Amino acid sequence: MIARVPWGLLVFVAALFVPAVGSRYHTFVAGDVVIWALFATSLNLLVGYTGLVSFGHAAYFGVGAYVFGFFCVRLTRIYFAMLTLAFAQIVWAICFKWNEVTGGEQGMPEIPYPDFGFVERWGARVPLLGGWRTSEYYYFVTLVLVAASLFALHRIVGSPFGRILTSIRENAERAEFIGVNVRRYELAAFVLAGAFAGLAGGLFGIFNRGVFPDFAYWTKSSEVLIMTLLGGMGSFYGPSIGALVLILLNQQIVSYTEYWPLVLGTVLVVLLFGFPGGIAGAVGALAGRLFRRLRSA
Amino acid sequence: MPDPSFVFAQSLSGLTAAMFLFLIASGLSLIFGVLRVLNFAHGTFYMLGAYLAYQLMLWLGPGPGMFWLAALGAAVTVALLGGLVERVLFRRLYGKEELYQLLFTYALALILSDVAKLLWGTQQKSVSRPPGLTGSFAFFGATIPAYNLFIVLLGPAIALAFWFVLQRTRAGRFIRAAALDRETLGALGVNVDALYTWVFMLASFLGGLGGALISPMRATVPGMDTEVIVEAFVVVVIGGLGSFWGTLLGAVIYGQVLSFGILFFPRFSIFAVFALMAAVLIVRPWGLLGRPLR
Repeated sequence: MIARVPWGLLVFVAALFVPAVGSRYHTFVAGDVVIWALFATSLNLLVGYTGLVSFGHAAYFGVGAYVFGFFCVRLTRIYFAMLTLAFAQIVWAICFKWNEVTGGEQGMPEIPYPDFGFVERWGARVPLLGGWRTSEYYYFVTLVLVAASLFALHRIVGSPFGRILTSIRENAERAEFIGVNVRRYELAAFVLAGAFAGLAGGLFGIFNRGVFPDFAYWTKSSEVLIMTLLGGMGSFYGPSIGALVLILLNQQIVSYTEYWPLVLGTVLVVLLFGFPGGIAGAVGALAGRLFRRLRSA
Repeated sequence: MPDPSFVFAQSLSGLTAAMFLFLIASGLSLIFGVLRVLNFAHGTFYMLGAYLAYQLMLWLGPGPGMFWLAALGAAVTVALLGGLVERVLFRRLYGKEELYQLLFTYALALILSDVAKLLWGTQQKSVSRPPGLTGSFAFFGATIPAYNLFIVLLGPAIALAFWFVLQRTRAGRFIRAAALDRETLGALGVNVDALYTWVFMLASFLGGLGGALISPMRATVPGMDTEVIVEAFVVVVIGGLGSFWGTLLGAVIYGQVLSFGILFFPRFSIFAVFALMAAVLIVRPWGLLGRPLR
């Protein structure tokens, strides 16, 4: 019953109303959440579905992934994590030092919003389309793009292709044995995840009005890994929930204290020891228990 | 062709950096070799070693031998902390997925580095060089600080001691056996749980010692942990995770590439190191002297 409700659609529609109902600040936070949700979900395609732990996902937050992927999927397990970290560091070093292209340490400030003038002129006559700020138009564009991407990712995960990825995570040897070209599938997953991460990165660059080498540093990759874990790696919407909770938590905590890493670390420890399935896993288990109790009563 | 004395000074400075990295990376490599986990918190142990050395120096006051006492005290304190963490928390994750262990050490790094910030603030701390090693020597026209020379000599000494413990003592034999097959070792009546705690403590000791010894050379600041963990990580990957001599070789290569890289392409010397690491990972994922994982 619960599974029949189109939750994704409901959330999408609710998110559309954020600029109308909330303040500018709410729209900002919502935009942040939406972009990071896509980023975390794209990572989950690798970690949760294919069983490849990437510590360098932030590097593809701005760059394509094919060449990296080609080398990375030749390795397994811990070596994969290491090589992704190495490549991420190279990308970061390039961003940090290549002043002519990336602006070096300063990054690229003042990236303009796309021109929404035509929408304003054309939409002024349509009741709901006119009269928004540029940042709010950008929020709508982001929302639609992310929703479309999440829908696509959802289809990918549910497709035979997605099932093969899961089988690789469960037992790569056996998958190989039944005729799956494991490396090719892993590469495909890597490239797909990288492409969606790249889209999220592009959206974030404009949203944040600037790009800085920090985005590609490995600690960023681990932050998104924590979002994925917090929400629940096993479930499709888990990473989006994780992104929402972590960003809201960050907004709350940062106004009280500068020791955000301390909070983040503590959250992580509690998760690892108490709720390895993340929020989605915990809620699922709780719902299951309630359901059983209702039935037996 | 650059001046030979300059080349000599440059390679010696690379060697000094390499010896520090060897101290830290050998701990990282030891934990990986035995426990099969990459310890992100190792860099934080190194930072705590530096801060604790500073704190102990404050308490002990100036005096001959006080620096060595402080360095040893700092390393022992870090080792105890490492042992405690292993006993109370880390132990529970052994049977779980690799990712959980990796993320736990990362969480530990986040927490401990913020605790260090709470305790010592964000201002940089410095420790003066121990008496007797404040001067410098002239070699082939280059001036070498005595402390750097001491470190260059200390590195191989610790490497030898470490090698002796691993290869020639009973405890070392157990550690090597645990790296190969934990269950069989346990079946033979060795207390593997206690052994793991000792390994964690020994590795933390090496990290803490590295931090304490570097405190007279570089300022102790927040953020030195993430910096060093990436460096140590590159070293063990080049040399081979879990390989003792590989770690030494990796550290020496790292130091030389970095110090000469700065001469030839100043802006991209970090890049050269990471490119080297990536090349090693592609050709020999288990490192120059490492053995492939089963």
